[in-house]
Amino acid sequence: MKKKLIGGIACMALALLVGCGNGGNDENSGSGNSFADQSGSNTGNNGSAKGSVYYLNFKPEVDSVWQQIAAQYTNETGVPVKVVTAANNTYEQTLMSEIANKDAPTLFQINGPVGYQNWKDYCADLSGSQLYDWLLDKNMVVEGDDGKIYGIAYVVEGYGIIYNNSIMNKYFALDGAKAASMDEIKNFQTLKAVVEDMQARKDELGIKGVFASTSLNPSDTWRWQTHLANIPIHYELREKNVSDLKDLEFIYAENYRNIFDLYLNNSGTAKGLLGNKSVDDSMTEFALGQVAMVQNGNWAWGQISDVQGNTVSEEDVRFLPIYTGMQGEENQGICIGTENFMAVNSKASAENQAASLAFLEWLFSSEVGKNFVTNELEFITPFNTFGETERPKDPLAKEVLRYMNDDTRENITWDFVIFPSQQFKDDFGDALLEYASGGKTFDQVKEIVVQRWAAEKNL
Amino acid sequence: MQKTLKKYFPIFVLPTLIAFAFAFIVPFVMGVYLSFCSFRTITNAQFTGIGNYIRIFEDKDFLNALWFTVRFTVLSILTINVFSFTLALALTRKIRGTNLFRTVFFMPNLIGGIILGYIWQQMINAVLLKYETTLVADATYGFWGLVILMNWQMIGYMMIIYVAGLQNVPSDLLEAARIDGANGWQTLFKVKLPMVMPSVTICLFLTLSNSFKLFDQNLALTAGAPSKRTAMLALDIYNTFYGRSGYEGVGQAKAVLFFLIVAAIALGQLVLTRRREVEA
Repeated sequence: MKKKLIGGIACMALALLVGCGNGGNDENSGSGNSFADQSGSNTGNNGSAKGSVYYLNFKPEVDSVWQQIAAQYTNETGVPVKVVTAANNTYEQTLMSEIANKDAPTLFQINGPVGYQNWKDYCADLSGSQLYDWLLDKNMVVEGDDGKIYGIAYVVEGYGIIYNNSIMNKYFALDGAKAASMDEIKNFQTLKAVVEDMQARKDELGIKGVFASTSLNPSDTWRWQTHLANIPIHYELREKNVSDLKDLEFIYAENYRNIFDLYLNNSGTAKGLLGNKSVDDSMTEFALGQVAMVQNGNWAWGQISDVQGNTVSEEDVRFLPIYTGMQGEENQGICIGTENFMAVNSKASAENQAASLAFLEWLFSSEVGKNFVTNELEFITPFNTFGETERPKDPLAKEVLRYMNDDTRENITWDFVIFPSQQFKDDFGDALLEYASGGKTFDQVKEIVVQRWAAEKNL
Repeated sequence: MQKTLKKYFPIFVLPTLIAFAFAFIVPFVMGVYLSFCSFRTITNAQFTGIGNYIRIFEDKDFLNALWFTVRFTVLSILTINVFSFTLALALTRKIRGTNLFRTVFFMPNLIGGIILGYIWQQMINAVLLKYETTLVADATYGFWGLVILMNWQMIGYMMIIYVAGLQNVPSDLLEAARIDGANGWQTLFKVKLPMVMPSVTICLFLTLSNSFKLFDQNLALTAGAPSKRTAMLALDIYNTFYGRSGYEGVGQAKAVLFFLIVAAIALGQLVLTRRREVEA
């Protein structure tokens, strides 16, 4: 009898085991479905209110603003709007599981030509949309092979080395400072001399290190494998005079190493501990005045100002271009571009597609919508519906605008939209982590980058 | 009576059967079918034959994960069962506070794997901080971290099963052994162990399958870092399916392969240990 019982339990356990064998195909996050019931109940306030909008948001830092926008729009028009935000680094996964649902996102974003390749079955043609008409620069789109427009940029962003001007001024006032002002830092040599001198005199300056932690937590490596990597690859593309590469040589790997080593060696955190640091940690160090510089983009202002005990004042936050030791980099600007292209789900019903476009048009042209975009989302938009005064007021966005309007500088475009895949970026980031903790040499990192690029591009 | 039972059998079994079909058979069959397809979302699958199975072995990720999983499983089966059996022996000796100890040892099992993973990540990192390194710096740390975590979680559960088994050893057998002059070790290996063989079967089975299919703890503790070298099979499948566009079918094929491996090992182990069970 006992034996039978045990056999029975074992069989049940086996059944459970088997149940796991095909995991993955029926997993749905089911998050936020409570909104779904609203579609239908809210329609009919006025004659034109039809369809509903479901936007899958990419930027967790502005999730609450999107929720307000959704509520406001529903209030005004009666069209239900649901906004769900994917957690950091999980946009593609979330989109994949959400889009298979019956109640799929009607609006989502693609990150450029590579993203478009993944989602082209789901991208509707936007050539005839008002949004496209409004674009100041008609190149800020994702174009399909058929010449139609499938994604439209909705925000322009910039990144570089953010520095705390008050700490820098403190340094320039010291005896024997390697430079007299930020204007003298125009290339990598000067930057390196200044940074290393500052690091040596960090106690005098009251900082823990010059650079914030080079966050290498596996899901927080994008600042290095995407943003920083953009610079050498931008120069390689320019030298070869092409817009895309099947095979990357990574000819400016040494330049990448220059700046990456500078980050690693002159920070408040030991190299071995970087695997545990997130972007949030880095931004907190900067906000608390523990470090003088951090590489990030204008979106980070919200993060900096939200930190409790923030000591960095608005007028002290500036951008410095990322110098890597390239020839003629004295005129280099910061990196300005976008990887955020709005796409409409072509598999959604016609009403929902129309409602989604109407929602976007409202957001980027009505007074209320524009106010949200400029002052709450703090987006610099590429649309002509925004006047000169309708620009975000935060200091980093102003810096981006300053660099954009500075004719003496050549800003670097966001060429990382051609990076072959997320897998490539992840492998690159993993290699950097091992380089930082001593498990790999830089030559091995370079080899991985070249090899993974080729493998992923030629899939 | 028997006749009525037979007559209404289909009706009584139907609800369960339907539930089982929807929750299990249908997804399983779909899953196997999808492993032969190229798809982005499961609603737009196209049949492509065995291509996915060939692509599994294009890179070494799957085999690396398999090897890591095997090493982890062997080690954790051994350690968990030895420790939990020892604990069970100690806690069936009528010492004071036995029930309290049993409860305490069982408690880690009540905490979810993801939470445990993060807790242990913090603790291990706190220790490694002294040496200016982290859990994700070296695959060895991740490996031992996982073994420790798994032990901590599973020992209490296995201990309860062994305690139940040990309490069921008839006292007349133990008495007879003592009269025959058997010492403690002899009693343990010649009487107690054969008598708790059914418990051993279950415990081995549970530790084997839990270790082999480990996912939450793996995801939370290291997420495969550095460079996927601490990724176990389930995590590798998850990453292939969700992490790479164009690899959904390959992930599915890996899952089917995973199922076959797990089923083969588990059945083999069941047959082997069942043979060693004895009736009292």
